[in-house]
Amino acid sequence: MAKKPLLEFTEKGIYCAQGKFYIDPWKPVNDAIITHAHADHAYLGHKHYLAHHLSKEVLLYRLGEINLQTVEYGEKIMKNGVQVSLYPAGHVIGSAQIRVEYQGEVWVVSGDYKTEDDGISTPFEPVKCHHFISECTFGMPVYQWKPQVQIFDDINNWWRTNLHTGVATVLVGYSLGKAQRILQNLDLFNGKVYTHGVIENTNEALRRNGVLLNPTERITPDTPKDEVRKGIILAPPSSVGTPWMRKFGPYSFGYCSGWMALRGAKRRRAADRGFILSDHADWDGLISAIDATGCEKVYLTHGYTATFSRYLNEIGFDAHEVHTLYGGEEDALSQPPPEGEEFEKKSEVKVSPTGGDLEGAAI
Amino acid sequence: MKAFAQLFLSLDETNKTNEKVKVLKDYFTNVPDTDKMHMLALFTGRKPKRIINSTQIRTWAVEAANIPAWLFEESYHVVGDLAETMALLMPQNDSSSNKTLTQWIAELNQLGSKTEEERKLWLLCSWAMLDSQERFVFNKLLTGGFRVGVSQNLVIKALADISNHDAATLTHRIMGNWLPETYTYDQLIQEQGAADDISRPYPFFLAYPIQETSEKQKSAEEIQGALGDAAQWQAEWKWDGIRAQMIKRDGKIFIWSRGEDLSTEKFPELHPFLNALPDGTVIDGEILSFQNGLPMPFNVLQTRIGRKNLSKKILEESPVAVIAYDCLEFNGEDIRTKTQAERRTILEGLQAATPYPETFRISALIDFNTWEQLAEIRGQSRAMIAEGIMLKRKSAAYQVGRRRGDWWKWKIDPLSVDAVMIYAQKGHGRRADLYTDYTFAVWDGDKLVPFAKAYSGLTDAEINKVDYFIKRNTLEKFGPVRTVKPELVFEIGFEGINKSTRHKSGIALRFPRILRWRHDKPKEEADTLDSLRALLGE
Repeated sequence: MAKKPLLEFTEKGIYCAQGKFYIDPWKPVNDAIITHAHADHAYLGHKHYLAHHLSKEVLLYRLGEINLQTVEYGEKIMKNGVQVSLYPAGHVIGSAQIRVEYQGEVWVVSGDYKTEDDGISTPFEPVKCHHFISECTFGMPVYQWKPQVQIFDDINNWWRTNLHTGVATVLVGYSLGKAQRILQNLDLFNGKVYTHGVIENTNEALRRNGVLLNPTERITPDTPKDEVRKGIILAPPSSVGTPWMRKFGPYSFGYCSGWMALRGAKRRRAADRGFILSDHADWDGLISAIDATGCEKVYLTHGYTATFSRYLNEIGFDAHEVHTLYGGEEDALSQPPPEGEEFEKKSEVKVSPTGGDLEGAAI
Repeated sequence: MKAFAQLFLSLDETNKTNEKVKVLKDYFTNVPDTDKMHMLALFTGRKPKRIINSTQIRTWAVEAANIPAWLFEESYHVVGDLAETMALLMPQNDSSSNKTLTQWIAELNQLGSKTEEERKLWLLCSWAMLDSQERFVFNKLLTGGFRVGVSQNLVIKALADISNHDAATLTHRIMGNWLPETYTYDQLIQEQGAADDISRPYPFFLAYPIQETSEKQKSAEEIQGALGDAAQWQAEWKWDGIRAQMIKRDGKIFIWSRGEDLSTEKFPELHPFLNALPDGTVIDGEILSFQNGLPMPFNVLQTRIGRKNLSKKILEESPVAVIAYDCLEFNGEDIRTKTQAERRTILEGLQAATPYPETFRISALIDFNTWEQLAEIRGQSRAMIAEGIMLKRKSAAYQVGRRRGDWWKWKIDPLSVDAVMIYAQKGHGRRADLYTDYTFAVWDGDKLVPFAKAYSGLTDAEINKVDYFIKRNTLEKFGPVRTVKPELVFEIGFEGINKSTRHKSGIALRFPRILRWRHDKPKEEADTLDSLRALLGE
């Protein structure tokens, strides 16, 4: 009988039979290792969770009272004879690749990742392995990111122009990762940063975790509207077009996402400005990351898997498409429409009532 | 080109009309006059000549991008716009070019006399010279598909603001056949008249639809409430042909279709009557195929529209005539400000004098006293081979563009069937990377036979739901087309139905569109091919 692979793709998630644990499972299991705290990777209902230290407070905030063990990058844990360790994925604060080793065979699960150092998440680190399980959300050659410093110059200039012309500035990005990345790169000489409750809750969780973030002010019903309009408002996708957002009008509304690279997607969001800023690797980033692992086989979990695996095979990799349920968070392939963040919210509610409620919570 | 690329970017960056007008004005005030005219030509649908064919452009773009051809095609399906795909796929570049739009277009036009090798070299050098935004608009020039999120009205409004002319005058002056190389900005904004070009048509006046759904018809009282007394209105049949403006000036004749195409040569049957008109006459009307004094369905006319050469056979099988309904110029004088009733009198005079009453017909006025009466008459539209009724206020001037108030089209209900979606394809533009183009089928026994494609009628929210369904229920992929699990039922509306030998189903629909998503209907209850054939009226 052929040897069973160390990691398998099952109905519940990526499974290690030898170690009796799952990685980012989407159905309740006994032992789950979580790459990062986004809703499509960290589901509610597992008996035991393992994640990186910096994911701790956000996971507790999103999932409530869970049985959570956290570790440092590089720290080795044994599970039924299988060695497990976490390495930085550069996707969001606390995001990790999961390295799994048994009898000399090494598998790595990337979770979501980006190769550019965003200055706030621990930068991506390639890990040598035999088998690499990778995302490819932006696995098409039309996606080529510019260095973030250029994007933030554009954002800060846009904010200044808005101040000059007297319109408020609303910048939209998802609440864990993008919001903090933006926050740390805003030119605070322009004014103060005001946050939607969902983002501020995440900020507070990260601060409890010891992450140093620039000062922010939570928008409450008592916050003077005129003051807010002199600063910049950071808001999650679910708030677009809601009465909450409209009350700050007239405003210019910017959207930060990798999808903004295409005019069609940008027009669909009806954003005034689209800023091409993603927490996923672009085309070249994906290829260089896969190449750096020196892997024998690569498995593609979500994104443009068909196209990307065909291309990888042509340039000499042994690439395979696999079916998973990842890609449901904000940067999903089935791009939610402007109002469609509703859709995302609903799917979140189904699997994680607490997180879902919070994401959609009005303040 | 920098300014032109920036114009595109700025227009993309706002959804607000006022800001778009401001962006357009900024552009006009910052570029040389020749650039203004080129921009105007491009934004009003005057495509640049295609010197390099699109297969060559693609081939060279694949080379420049250094990726396999199949990956280029896949990318195109994701992006949904060829010019944008090419701009995104080429290596990023920080250089940028100082050449003006006029210079670029001139260089492009000179390629006509160059060899293929020279063209390729020019193209590769040009791409290397431009940054990605410039490359995108440059590619738009190459591929000729200039659709921007800006209507001609907005461009005219901006131009009117900076030139101190009213919008209607400018709209008239940019009608017809002109080239940005020879029509100058000074000519466009000169104080007096636009009579320099004898072929120039007037802007068409377009009717607004009286909105109705199949469930809710407008009552006579509602019409009375909205339009007032029936005595103030004239009613005519709404003909389904080609809207056209016919000009006789200085002994020459011109026929313009609504798309501002000069179509004089396409309708030789009309030349005798036009030549017989007095000089300085412009007539608005509908061109239709006629046989034995009766109008024929649109598809008869359609068979000859696309033809380059009109064979004797075609001229015999679908001879055309005009049903005139307005007169815009008489004795060389622009009479658009006269009332509908006055213009009608002049038109009747012209028609009465024609030696060619077979080809120069007049749109008969419908005799009615009350809206109830008219509503009843409207029921006979299909028998008249008309699409419904046109209402025109007797005191109204002939205006510019689509305006609410004085001209209304009151169409009859569209025909409809319930059909099952079986294929889907990704859309373009703002619908890129979303499945928005669908093929529908009806039952023929236990088989589903495709009979129509439609891609309009759903809301954005519905499109997203359908897209979600398609991505999870694909049975097969053929290039860009997905075969979808037959499950979703839609009501498809259309204006007309005809027999066709080119379609598998044996029928061809006119203006098919999605009326609504029938969540309530399982696929088994969709209509059959027989029920469609029954609508042929045979």
